[in-house]
Amino acid sequence: MNYESMEKIKMTSRVQKLRDMLFEKMPQIEADRAVIVTESYKQTENLPIIKRRSHAFRSIMEKLPITIREGELIVGSNTKMPRSCQTFPEYSFEWLEAELDTVVTRNADPFYISEETKSALKEVHKYWKGKTTSDLATSYMAPEALKAIEHNIFTTGNYFYNGVGHLCVQYDKVLKIGYNGIKKEAQEALRKGDISCSRYAQGRSFLEAVIECCDAAVTYANRYALLAEEMAKQESGQRREELLKIAQNCRNVPANGATSFYEACQSFWFVQMLIQTEGSGHSISPGRFDQYMYPYFKKDYEEGKITLEFAQELVDCLWVKLNDLNKVRDAVSAEGFAGYSLFQNLIVGGQTKDGCDSSNELSYICLNATLHILLPQPSISIRVWNGSPTELLIMAAHVTRTGVGLPAYYNDEVIIPSMLSRGVALEDARNYCIIGCVEPQAPGKTDGWHDAAFFNMLRPLELVFSNGKSGGEQISIKTGNLTELDTYEKFFAAYKAQMDYMIKLLVNSDNAIDKAHAVRCPLPFLSSMVEDCIGRGKSVQEGGAVYNFTGPQGFGIANMADALYAMKKLVYDEKKYTLTEVKAALDANFNGDAPVMNAEDVTIKIASELSDSGAELNEEIIKEIYKNVKEAQGSASNPRWAQLLEDINALPKFGNDDDIVDEFAREAAYTYTRPMEQYKNPRGGMFQAGLYPVSANVPLGAQTGATPDGRLAFTPIADGVSPAAGRDVNGPTAAANSVSKLDHGIASNGTLFNMKFHPSALRGDEGLYNFVSLIRAYFDRKGMHVQFNVVSRETLIDAQKNPENYKNLVVRVAGYSALFTTLSRSLQDDIINRTEQMSF
Amino acid sequence: MDVSKVTGRIFDIQKYSVHDGPGIRTIVFLKGCALRCRWCCNPESQKFEIQHMNTDGASKLIGRDVTAGEVIEEVKKDAAYFRRSGGGLTLSGGEMLLQPDFALALLSLAKRQGMNTAVESTGFAQFETIERLLPYIDTYLLDIKHINSEKHKEFTSQPNELILENAVKIAQLAKKCIVRVPTIPTFNDTEEEIREIARFARTQMRVDEINLLPYHRLGKDKYTGLDRDYLMGDVLPPSDEHMEKLKRVCEEEGLRAKIGG
Repeated sequence: MNYESMEKIKMTSRVQKLRDMLFEKMPQIEADRAVIVTESYKQTENLPIIKRRSHAFRSIMEKLPITIREGELIVGSNTKMPRSCQTFPEYSFEWLEAELDTVVTRNADPFYISEETKSALKEVHKYWKGKTTSDLATSYMAPEALKAIEHNIFTTGNYFYNGVGHLCVQYDKVLKIGYNGIKKEAQEALRKGDISCSRYAQGRSFLEAVIECCDAAVTYANRYALLAEEMAKQESGQRREELLKIAQNCRNVPANGATSFYEACQSFWFVQMLIQTEGSGHSISPGRFDQYMYPYFKKDYEEGKITLEFAQELVDCLWVKLNDLNKVRDAVSAEGFAGYSLFQNLIVGGQTKDGCDSSNELSYICLNATLHILLPQPSISIRVWNGSPTELLIMAAHVTRTGVGLPAYYNDEVIIPSMLSRGVALEDARNYCIIGCVEPQAPGKTDGWHDAAFFNMLRPLELVFSNGKSGGEQISIKTGNLTELDTYEKFFAAYKAQMDYMIKLLVNSDNAIDKAHAVRCPLPFLSSMVEDCIGRGKSVQEGGAVYNFTGPQGFGIANMADALYAMKKLVYDEKKYTLTEVKAALDANFNGDAPVMNAEDVTIKIASELSDSGAELNEEIIKEIYKNVKEAQGSASNPRWAQLLEDINALPKFGNDDDIVDEFAREAAYTYTRPMEQYKNPRGGMFQAGLYPVSANVPLGAQTGATPDGRLAFTPIADGVSPAAGRDVNGPTAAANSVSKLDHGIASNGTLFNMKFHPSALRGDEGLYNFVSLIRAYFDRKGMHVQFNVVSRETLIDAQKNPENYKNLVVRVAGYSALFTTLSRSLQDDIINRTEQMSF
Repeated sequence: MDVSKVTGRIFDIQKYSVHDGPGIRTIVFLKGCALRCRWCCNPESQKFEIQHMNTDGASKLIGRDVTAGEVIEEVKKDAAYFRRSGGGLTLSGGEMLLQPDFALALLSLAKRQGMNTAVESTGFAQFETIERLLPYIDTYLLDIKHINSEKHKEFTSQPNELILENAVKIAQLAKKCIVRVPTIPTFNDTEEEIREIARFARTQMRVDEINLLPYHRLGKDKYTGLDRDYLMGDVLPPSDEHMEKLKRVCEEEGLRAKIGG
C-alpha cells in the first residue's frame, strides 16, 4: 500500500455539509430521555435495580425519537437536533434544576433550552428527590471527607454528579457476533448457572438484564431500518439507494456480525452512541479502531468491494457523528471540562498483542479523517514505540501542524511496563488504548474509574502554613507550628503528612461514590460488552470487569517543585526569611494586589492568622507588622514581601533541565503517587495515581491563595506535568528533559505534558522531521505522553478579540481539544500564557 | 592533557536550533571575532572582552569564561535529540577560530560522545589553525560574503584574500562544506554579485550546496544596548521574490541552493 496516495484523498462535499450542519445552531437540551426513564422507573419500583435499569434502557430504545440527518451514510442520533444532549436525572438533577434559566447564558459550554423542555424536566425531577447516585454517595461519605471537599482540597464532583464512563468496550465482539451473539452467551451462562450458588439471584437478574438490553439495541436499529425505508419512498436516485442501503445495514447490525466494512462502521456507531444513551459517563473511548475495524476493511479492499475513497468517506462520516454527541454538565464542572468535550479517545498505531508493529492503512485513514474534519472529536491519539514507522509519525505531525491540537502522542515503552507493574497481563498491556484524556487501559476488560478526582497539591502546602486550618476551621491534622518546622526535612515531612491525610479522605470519597453507582446505577448494556461481566454474573459497577482500578489525579507538580525549592533555598539554606514571614507575604499575596483594607484591619488579620499557626506574638512584633503593612500600602517599591517575590522569581525553576530543581519535582510527585498505591476500591481493584488536571488547573487555581513558588493568589496552577507557564525559558528540549525526569511509570493513570509551538517551528519537511525527532527523544528519555498546540500567540489573541472570525479554531486544552471560542476567558488566557517554543 | 579543562569564553548556549547544521542542535556561541560586519546581528559577539549590554532596561553581562568540560556537560543534556535527529553541536560566534584550543577541545569532546559537529565560521585565520580542527568537524558552514576584496573590506573591515584561499582548502579537506552567504541589500544582493560567489563556490571550491541567509534587522536593538551606531540605517530585508531570484541564480551555477540555513 502506498500511503502517500491515501493522504491525497480529499473530503467529499457530503462530509463538508454534515460537518457544517453541526454548527448551524446552538446545542440544546432535550428532555425525551429523562421523561422516558422516569416513566419506566415509576413502573418498576419492586424490581431489583439491575432489572429496573434494563427496563429503562428498553423503554428508551423503543420510544426515544429517532432521526436520520440529511445526507448521512451512518445513522443513529440520540437527539433530534445536532450536537444536542439528553439528561440523566438518575445520577443527579438539582444542579440542572437550579441552572435551567442560566445554562443558556453561562460562560463555559452554554446550551439552549426551550420553555417546554424546562417544564418537562421540572416535572420529572420531582420523582428523583433523594433517589439519585449523588444522594446516596453523600450519605456514604465520612464527614471529614465532605469537609475537605467543601474546602477545595480535592473534588470528586465528576462521578458524584454523573455516570463514570471512561471505558473502552469490546467493539470487536459486537462487530463479530452482534447483540444476538452476546445474548446467546448470556443465555448460555444462565443455563449453566449453579442454582445453589449464593450469588445465584444477583447473577440471574444481571444476565436477564443483559438479554433485555441486547434485544432493546436490536429493536432500536430496526426502527432506523424502518425509518430509512420510509424516507427512501420519498426519494429518488442516489439518495434513495443510499437510504435502502442504510436500511439493509440496520437490519443486519448490530443484531448480527458485520459482513462488510460499511456494516462494521454502522455497528460501531450504534455501540458508541448507545453506551452514551444508557449512562451519562463521558470518555467512552473507541480505543484501537484501526485494529478491530481492520479485518473488515482488508477483506472488502482485497476483494475489490470498497475503494479507498469510500472507506475514507465512511470514516469521515463517523468522525462527524462523534462530534454530534454532547453532554450538559453543571456550571462548575463545565469550567473543568470546558469545550463541550466528550473525550472519546481513539488511538492508532502501536503494537499488536504479540509485540509487532500494528499500524495499517486504517491508521492513515483515521489521521486523514482528522485532517478533513478538524474538530475535537474523536480525541485522536497515536501510540509510539521503538518500531513505529517514521512515515506514520510524519503523517501525525502533519495533523499536529494544522494546530488542531491532535493527535496526542503516547509512549509504549513506558506505558506497557507501567501496566505490567499493576498486574495487567503482557498481551493485554501491549493491546492498551487510551481513555479520555491520557489514561491507559486494557480495552474491553477494564473498569478504570480514571479521572476519579482532581487533587490540588498546593492546598496541603497551604495547610502546612496554617497548621491544618482553612478559613479558620481545623479541617486537617496539625503538623506543627511554623517555628517548630526548623529544618527543611521537618517542613517537607509536614507536607507529606498533610498529603497522606488528604489522600486518605479522597479515597474515602471515591469509594463512597463507587459504591453508590453499584447500588443505584449499574449499567447492564455497557456490562454486556466488558469481559468478564457475563462470566461473573456481575455488572461493571459491581466489579464484573477483569481489571478494576480507581485513578484520581493530582496536579500542581511544577508549582510544588518550585515552591519546595524556594523554601529550601531561601528559608533553610540562606536563612534570608523565616517561614512566618513567608506566610505573612503569602497572605498578603506578596503585596501584589492586597485587598483594600485599612492597615489596622490588615494587621489584626495577619496577627490572628499568625497566632493561629502558632507564632508567638508580642507588642513588638505586632508593631513591626503594622509598620510593614503601612509601608506596603504606602509604597510598592520597598516592602520585604515584594523582595521575597523577587528573590523567588530569581531562583531556577522546573522546566529548564536543571537537575537540582527537577529533583524536587520528582519528590513532589512521589508525595501523591506513592501513598495512593496502598488503597483498594470496592470493585476489588487498587488505586493508581495520575498527574494531570484536565482544565481544572484554572478554576481550582482560582480557589488557591498565593504560593511560595511566586504564583500569585487565584491565578492558574501549572497544567499537567508541564512547567508553570512562562517559567521554562530554555527551549523545548530543556522543558521536555525536566518533565522526563519525573517517574512517569508510577503514575499509571496517566501524565499529561502540554507543549506549545509557534507554527514556524514545524515549517517544511525538515520542520516535521525535527518535530518527530523531538517526540522520539522525549520518549527515549521515558516521557509518557505529550501533546501540542501549534497556533501562534498572535492568532489566539486575535481570536479572543474577534471570535466571529475563528469559529473553527480548535486548540489543545488539556487531554483534549476544543473550539477555542467556546472556552471561558480565563481558560483562553491560560492557553495564551503557556510558554511558546520556537526553533532557532 | 585533559582537554575538558581547557578554558574559553562564550556568550550563549542555544538549544533546539534547527537551521545551523543537520537535525536538532545546540549552538555554543564563542566570543570574539576579527571581522566587523555592518549587518552583524550579534554585535555583542565581536569583542573578546566581557562587556555590558542593555536589554529591556537592564544591564546584562555578556560573556563568561568556562571550561570545555562544563560546556559539553550542558550540551550532552540534549544527546537524545541529537541521536534521533542526526543533530549535535554547532560552534558559532563570534568566530571559533579565534579560540582554537578551546574549539578543538569542544569538538573533540563532542566527537567522543558520538555527536555530529558543525561550525559556523568566517574562515579568517591561518590555515594551520583550521587544519587542526577539520578532523573533528562534520559540517563546515563557511561564510563567503563577497568576491571583491575592497568591498569586502569596506563592509566587514577585512579583505577577503585569506578567506577565499582557505575556502578552497577547507572545501577540499572537510567532510562536508556548505557555503553560506548573508544576503545584504546595498552590499551583495545583486544577481551579479551572488552569481560570482556561486561560481566561486562551484568551480573553485567545488562544493555543491549554498545557503542564502536574507538580511534581517533583529540585531538592531543590541547596537543601542551597546551604545553603538547601527550602520545599516534603514536598509530593508530583501523581498521573498528577490531571494527566490537569487536562489535560481545559484541553481543556474549548478548548486543546490536554499534560502535560510
